[in-house]
Amino acid sequence: MLPVTAVMLLALGVAGCSNDDEADNNDDNNDNTPTLSGTINEAGSTTVQPLAEKLAAAFKVLYPNVNVVIGGGGSSVGVKSATDGTVEIGAVSRELKDTETGLTKYLLAKDGIAIVVHPDNTAVANLTVDQVRDIFSGVITNWSQVGGPDKAIHVMAREEGSGTRTAFEELVMGEDVRIVANAVLQNSNGALKTALAGDKDAIGFISFGYIDSSVKALSINGIAATSENGKNGTYPIIRPLYFLTKGTPSELVQAFLDYCMSDAVQQIITEEGYLSVN
Amino acid sequence: MLPRYFTDKLAKYGVLITALVSILVLLAIAVFIIQGGLPLFSAVNPFDFLFGQSWSPTYDEYGILSMIVGSLLVTLGSMVIAVPLGIACAILLAEVAPQRVRNLLRPAVELLVGIPSVVYGLVGIMVIVPAIRNLGGTGYSVLAAVLVLSIMVLPTIISISEDSLRAVPRTYRDGSLALGASQWQTIWHMLLPAARSGVGASIVLGMGRAIGETMAMIMVIGNAVIIPTSPLDPARTLTGNIAVEINYAAGLHENALFATGLVLLILILILNSLATLALKRGEQHA
Repeated sequence: MLPVTAVMLLALGVAGCSNDDEADNNDDNNDNTPTLSGTINEAGSTTVQPLAEKLAAAFKVLYPNVNVVIGGGGSSVGVKSATDGTVEIGAVSRELKDTETGLTKYLLAKDGIAIVVHPDNTAVANLTVDQVRDIFSGVITNWSQVGGPDKAIHVMAREEGSGTRTAFEELVMGEDVRIVANAVLQNSNGALKTALAGDKDAIGFISFGYIDSSVKALSINGIAATSENGKNGTYPIIRPLYFLTKGTPSELVQAFLDYCMSDAVQQIITEEGYLSVN
Repeated sequence: MLPRYFTDKLAKYGVLITALVSILVLLAIAVFIIQGGLPLFSAVNPFDFLFGQSWSPTYDEYGILSMIVGSLLVTLGSMVIAVPLGIACAILLAEVAPQRVRNLLRPAVELLVGIPSVVYGLVGIMVIVPAIRNLGGTGYSVLAAVLVLSIMVLPTIISISEDSLRAVPRTYRDGSLALGASQWQTIWHMLLPAARSGVGASIVLGMGRAIGETMAMIMVIGNAVIIPTSPLDPARTLTGNIAVEINYAAGLHENALFATGLVLLILILILNSLATLALKRGEQHA
């Protein structure tokens, strides 16, 4: 509830400041200050989606005549629909590939990817990036090889094409090292967390925004998976979250983008569990 | 009042047009899938697509053999469990059970059809997957998928089989019993063969439902792209492959998913024709 309240207060605060201007607008239609109205369509990364929905709701409090429609679909859909012009803003939770060109990136926030295990797995609290890579590529198959009990490791991962998986592959697996084929695959952060919370021998990866008490986030190279460590750059598995536009954005879209990048809104981003970039 | 001639014509052409529309829709779907899938084969050899074992769109590897195997395994597995159970239940409802039991069971079976597949998937995750985890592995497995599917296709098999058993004329039954056959002999040697086409249709429809089921499968089968070597291994079905990845697919990857749909369509056609053929042959021998 707290973040929502914060958004409301913030919005009211900003709206309060501009009350005088609006009154002027109402009195005098020839005023040059434009009143924003219209619809902005956004689609893409499901990691960005919950955050974008919060931002859209806060923006609507400021400008009641603007509708920001948030869709999911995944990072590749975000890139594709921004390129095709079917949405004004695309969302992506990984770096753009060399083939994905012609778009302007706006760094909205950063997000850590946590390596998570079952809370009952008390023997293992820290892994090195190399160990994580070996576990997910099938070189290490037993918990005893990383200081745990003598049990087979159940690898859980996300499906091919997921932004979280792509970023994980980029940051941890590296070139041409693949996630082991018999890994159980789930098609969202939430589904992966549910599967993991029920299996004491499992390991998986989820966005920082989804960490809660049902799973245990491991330290990587001795660095705890916390927002602070993500922000100060010591936690090694951090990826960018971008909004994408094609060409010069309209006044309306630009206003929304500026709003999302503003210091005050970056505060909300922190409260949502993502890493602010300001 | 319209003249009878006119209403007759109206009914005739009305039915004709509706029938044509449904055929057109079927054709349009086929054309659409083929259109979406064909571009894949300019980049990927159809043989590699069908018989390749590595599915890794990031590396432009598109082999769906493991998913064809996965789909067939869960479909056949669920049929092995659901067909005897379903037909036995249909016999019970149609012939053996007293009216009061029937009045209770029939609506219960019909209710099972209406439950959305995501609910079956949830029950699978909450009950079946943890139970199988005790046997070894992660619990997300072919076995879990087979068990969930069996329950899902049961109502289809039961209700259609029961209807066809009931449709066998009363006089057949009376005649058989009058000749001195026991109730069981009557059911086994007379009723079941007489209701063969209906019972067969129930199995074909059940099979169709099994191979097409997506949501519950994604939830319990683990979606790993491997050819399972044990019932406790995870696997992936053709439908699951499409549903899991379509959100993220673009370009060649998207074409590959359409091509997966095409393979699924052909597979269903083959299974249905085989079943129809087997039924026809059975009728000739009977």
